[in-house]
Amino acid sequence: MIKKIFVALAIFGLFSIFLPIMINFDFHQNLSELSTQYVKGSVEDLNSQNVVTSVIVTYRGLDTLGEVTVLFLATAGIGFLLKKRKGKKRVASELLQTSSSFLSVVIIMFGIFIFSHGHLTPGGGFQGGVMIASAFLLLMLSDVNLELNHTILQFIESLSGAFYVVVGLIGLVLTIGFLNSKIIPLGEYGNLFSAGAIPLIYSFVGLKVGSELTNILDAMGGD
Amino acid sequence: MIFALILGFALLLIGIYGMLSQRNLIKIVISFSIADTGTHIIIVAIGYLRGRTAPILDKAIDIANATHKVVDPIPSALVLTAIVIGLAVTALMLSFIIELYKKKKSLSIDDYQELKW
Repeated sequence: MIKKIFVALAIFGLFSIFLPIMINFDFHQNLSELSTQYVKGSVEDLNSQNVVTSVIVTYRGLDTLGEVTVLFLATAGIGFLLKKRKGKKRVASELLQTSSSFLSVVIIMFGIFIFSHGHLTPGGGFQGGVMIASAFLLLMLSDVNLELNHTILQFIESLSGAFYVVVGLIGLVLTIGFLNSKIIPLGEYGNLFSAGAIPLIYSFVGLKVGSELTNILDAMGGD
Repeated sequence: MIFALILGFALLLIGIYGMLSQRNLIKIVISFSIADTGTHIIIVAIGYLRGRTAPILDKAIDIANATHKVVDPIPSALVLTAIVIGLAVTALMLSFIIELYKKKKSLSIDDYQELKW
């Protein structure tokens, strides 16, 4: 009983904190100065159509590097905690196996499309990576005894992470700044090969996220 | 959008209430996800500007006047980061629960009182 009262008090206290924020919230009529500079810079400076992508990959690139590191740490923790156990399970029907092996290729291709067009369309490395992992989830669900090649997965993951840092360091060598995407010619606005190193960096992020999430799904599916 | 803001705060409060009141470990993780979604909705609602479109400057938008046509890109970028971290943290919590269940064959938080003061 006393616990319920404390919970109610905590919720009421949080509500009384949030209520003034909600009531007095000042909705902006225009972009803030920083956002204005980001929108202008994305067009004039970086040649990238998607402003969110240029914020994530270039202007806040160091944050994204940290985020990828957090994702890697979580994956390492899950892989450490969950050891895959072997055991015979009932196999799926032939219809399901054939259609899922056909569909997974299409889904992987769409994931690659999403992360390589992150600077042009809504999407990017994280979304494309999750999509690739969903293709592997489909394969795992249809074939319960599927054995993924962990050497290749770890190879892709560590190499794409290393190349991400190397692309950032090239900017330092050329003295234009860490993770600056202008190390590659910017290209024509709106083309696939535009926005400098943004598609390259987002492809590395997509491969890394895809292989990491596939590892998570594989570890969780073992139990 | 005031409605999105109210919805976000409501989800945040529901999630925190669930985390405090539930005894089942998996229900606590679900409450955490609900609170997570609430914060995402709040952040996106803060960046919304009435009558504007997504910050993707293709041919459909007058690029010279783009700063008056698009919503704030920074909250969208922050939420994109937060969603991925939330996914990884949720997966890590669930794998902790699997390990705990293997030890004591129980999902109730009342059975794990070693760290209780």
